[in-house]
Parts: sequence; structure tokens; C-alpha cells
Amino acid sequence: MTEPNEQAAHIEVRDLTMAYGSAVIQRDLNFNINSGDIFVIMGGSGCGKSTLLKHMLGLIQPNHGDILYNGTSFFQASDSEQGLMRQGWGISYQSGGLFSAMTLAENITLPLELYTRYTTAEITDIVAYKLALVGLGGYQSYYPSQISGGMQKRAALARAIALDPQILFFDEPSAGLDPISSRLLDELIVQIKESMGATVVIVTHELASIFAIANNSVYLDNNSHTMIAYGNPADLRDNSEQPVVRQFLTRAAAADRKDTP
Amino acid sequence: MSLRPPQCSLLGNDQHAASLVLTGDWVQGQNPESFGAFRGELAGVHSGSLTADGDQLGTWDSVLMAFLLQCHDYCKIQGIIFETRNMPQGVDKLLAVATAVEPHDPPAEEGASWLSALSPARILHTVWEDIRGSLAFTGEVSIALARLVRGKANTRLTDFLKFCFQAGPDAFAIISLTSVLVGMILGYLGAVQLSQFGAEIYVADLVVIGMLREMGVLMTAVVMAGRTGAAYAAQLGTMQTNEEIDAITTMGISPVEFLVVPRMLALIIIMPLLTIYADLLGIVGGGIVAGGMGISPVQYITQAQAALTFTDIFVGLLKALVFAVLIAVAGCRAGINSGRSSAAVGQAATNAVVTAIVYLIVADAAVNIVFQQLSI
Repeated sequence: MTEPNEQAAHIEVRDLTMAYGSAVIQRDLNFNINSGDIFVIMGGSGCGKSTLLKHMLGLIQPNHGDILYNGTSFFQASDSEQGLMRQGWGISYQSGGLFSAMTLAENITLPLELYTRYTTAEITDIVAYKLALVGLGGYQSYYPSQISGGMQKRAALARAIALDPQILFFDEPSAGLDPISSRLLDELIVQIKESMGATVVIVTHELASIFAIANNSVYLDNNSHTMIAYGNPADLRDNSEQPVVRQFLTRAAAADRKDTP
Repeated sequence: MSLRPPQCSLLGNDQHAASLVLTGDWVQGQNPESFGAFRGELAGVHSGSLTADGDQLGTWDSVLMAFLLQCHDYCKIQGIIFETRNMPQGVDKLLAVATAVEPHDPPAEEGASWLSALSPARILHTVWEDIRGSLAFTGEVSIALARLVRGKANTRLTDFLKFCFQAGPDAFAIISLTSVLVGMILGYLGAVQLSQFGAEIYVADLVVIGMLREMGVLMTAVVMAGRTGAAYAAQLGTMQTNEEIDAITTMGISPVEFLVVPRMLALIIIMPLLTIYADLLGIVGGGIVAGGMGISPVQYITQAQAALTFTDIFVGLLKALVFAVLIAVAGCRAGINSGRSSAAVGQAATNAVVTAIVYLIVADAAVNIVFQQLSI
């Protein structure tokens, strides 16, 4: 799936500075995410991973800098252009973000009704297909509260892929899942990504996930408030010049970390 | 590039093999034949296998996948082997993922009709359960209050003060508006009747007695039920969703002592004060109407002073106390027993207000009957 013609930057983050008030979270972030990548945003707790994702989703305005999708700036685009860009995104939030007052079928039907020209009968069939994709065939009439946490994550994935998105965003997809469910979810993400040809952006600090699925990554550092590593996570683990990054990726003990500047 | 209409046709339907030829562009807006319509044709398949041929397919999206999945499921039920051939890249993989897990067979829904919701036995049962639950909850609160008096309860003064502020000063504006208007309404009601007897001056008596005994406290209670009772239910319901109440319980703290008691005490302190404030403004509202009828302010005030008795004030304040407890019980009980979803929190807030207002009116009637019998 890595044909050379796919190596065009799908998402570009340019000089991005994120701050809450005067507290700078991260500054001078510069990186590209190529089409078809599975890209991981990693870093210790509280370093601003989820904040970066919220910037990429346009939920928070950057302090400085810009984010480009296919070469077009998101933050300089008009509301309607932003809406069009967002239709090409599928997002799975940290705690699912499923509408608790709606059944799983209604959750997935909503974006299809809003943004597509499918007929009602087609939508019913497509909802059944999307749920089957995530292994939840037959759960149409269940409410999110009636299924387990792992199933909720998968249902959220089904809603995220409802519109056949070009970019899939995941915030901590495997948080709170047992190792087996978490691996199955990883495999599902890879399979869906490969068959749909989407670009995937994942916020996580699950090492197993990172090495299993990611082909590119950025490491946000908590102390220097900027990115200190960018590249394939397996390469970074073995060859990074930054001890912190190597420690992060090898789960080195905290005591070792203090020895390094 | 113009889109070709999506079509599927059944070919080579004999003993050995049947094939399903898919042509055209299967994308949104093209409205391909739905599977439901195609099912009849599929029923004519006699062979043991069916092959879907995608050689002449143009562009495709989820609508094609949904169709293929339906075909797959149908063939599975009928015992026909379903295969695909020459499909565009990705289709086979997606189909494999979609069919990897057996579909779940949801249990049949209980056939409860909406009529059964109207059956008297059911309604009585619900009401009885509700009253029993409220009584049990009041019992728990009483125990917590007893522990508070003995200085053993985990109730924080800061919480209590915060809730006092939320229930009291924050509610001034709306209480002012409603009380003045209710006073004026009482004034108009009396004015129309009394002017027929030339007894307009007694509007003052009517407004004073009406506000002190009845309307001042009832309107305050209704506003507080909607404002504070619903807020309590929403706060506690959110804490339930957020597992905060579980955390409090496992810390060995009684949620009733920690969460309910400060809220209830705040209402018990604030309600009588707000009632007195509402009574005063209501009498002012009545005075405005009286002024419009040609009664001078001095006349009105003198007449009102004569009509004012401590018994009426006492009745109003006693009701304020009872209503405060009822609002707090309805609100906190709905919140603590709330489900753990955002929809359940909304339901809890609704329950809190509805229950509180029913309690208020029933209690008001009961108190009035008792006082009538005691000639107070």
C-alpha cells in the first residue's frame, strides 16, 4: 500500500503553537502526514497530544501557525469550506462520543442522512454493513449504555467510517480496553484503513499499538514544549538521538530518565 | 466522467453455478436496485453456489458493500456458497472484515403496547413505588441529619454556604418578578369582585392574606423546584454518570451526608427567607393595582397592616419549610437514582421537577385542610 505516488503530504502542520491563555502547551510544531500513513502522536501524559488532535480537528484555534489539508489551510477557510473538509474526516473520540440517547443504528444514520444522498433503504443497508465491519452486526437497536466499553469503541469507529472518510482520527482508541480487544481494534483499524485507503491519525501511548500499526510518528516533549522526534517509531526506538524518546519507546524506568538532561 | 447506472443481473443460472454480474457505478445518488427488490430474483437460484462478478464495475462506495453483505447473508441462510470474482481492490478485504464476526441475534422485544402504560394497576404501582422510594430516602436523610446534630456527619460547611448562595441571592431576580406579578393578579381578582359591593379597600386584606398564606410561598416553591430542584438532580445525576458517587461511597462517606444534607439544609434556610421577600413584593404588587383603583397608598398600607396577622405569617413559613424539604427530596432522589447516561440525567431533572410540583400541590392541600380543621 505504499506506492510512491501516494507519498504526497495529506496533512501539513506548519509552525503550530498551542497555548491555553499564556500557558504554552507546545510550540513550533512542523510535520507532514502522508496519504495512507498510520500516524501516531505520542508523548507523556499531559504533553498536549489530545490538544494537538483538537487543533487538527479545528475545535481549537491555534495561537500561531496553521494546519493544511491537501495544501489548503483549514483555519483560513470559510465556514462552509471547513464543513466540506470535515465531511472527509471520521473521528473516534476518547470516550466514544456516541449519542447516548440514540441507538447504534441512529448514531450511524445521522451523518448519512445529513451529508449523503443515499435513500432511506440504502442507509438502513449501509448501517448494517458498517456495524458488521466492526463486528457489531445485529446490534442496530442497542443503546450505547447497553453494550460494553470495547463494543462502544467499535461502534464509535463504525460511526467514524460512516461517510467513507479520507482521514480517520482516533483519540486513545485502546484506552480502557483489555489487551486482546485492544489488539483486535488495532487490526480492525489497519484493515479498514487499507481497504478504504484512508490516512489515519492516532493519539496514543500504547507501545504495543504504536509498533504494531504505525509507520510514522511525532513525539511531543513535556519539558521543552516542542516536538523532539519525528519518524517511524521502530526507527526512533533504535536510533533516536533523544534519550527521552528511546526511554519512552522502551518503557525504561523513571529512574533512568532522571540521569539524562 | 459521466456515471453509468448501477445494475445487477443474474446469469448462467443452472445446476452447477450461478453468477451475479454487477455493472455501472455503485455510488450515492445513483440509487441502485435495493436488495429487497432483488431478493425475489435471488430466490430463483437453484445451484449450490453464487459468484458475484465485478469485472464491469465502475466506481463504488459503501452502497455496493452493503449490497454484497446482504447477498452474503442471504446466501448463508439459504446454504448457498457465495463468492466474489474480479472485484475492485479493497472490496474483498472489506467483505472479509464485515463477515468475520457472526451477526448478533438480538432478543425479541417485549411486546408492550402504549395502552398498557395507561392501565390503572400499573399507574398505581408506579405511584406507590415512587412514594415508597421517597419515604425511604427521607428516612436516610433523617438519619444523616441526626448524625449531623451529633456532629458525626461528613457534611462540609463550605458546600452548605455555596448551595445557600446558589439557592438564595441567585434567585432574587426571578422571585421578584413572579411575586410582584402574582400580587397584581390577586389584586385584580379581588378588585373585579369587590368593586361590585363598593368594598375596593378590602383588596388589601385579600392580597395580604392570599400572599402570606398561599401564593407567596407556593410561587416561590414552584420557582425553586424548577430552578434549584432540577439543578440538584442534574448535578447529582452527572456525578453518578461520572462515578463520583461511587468514589464518595468507597471512601466510606455517605453520599446522603456529603451531597444531600448540605443541599437540603440550604433550601430549608433559604426558602423561608425567600418567602418573606416574595410576600413583601406581592403586597407591593397588590398596592400597584389598588392605586389604579383610586385607593391611596396610605389607605392601602393602613388596611394591609390591619389585615396582617402573625398566624398568617406562621402558616406561610411552615409551608416554606415543608416545601423546602419536598423539593430537596424530589431533586436529590432523582439525581442519586439517575442512570449513567446523558439521557438519564435529563430524565432525572424532568422527574425532579414533576415530582416536586406534584408533592407541593398535594402537601399544600393537606396543610390547608389540617389548618382548616384546627381553625388556624
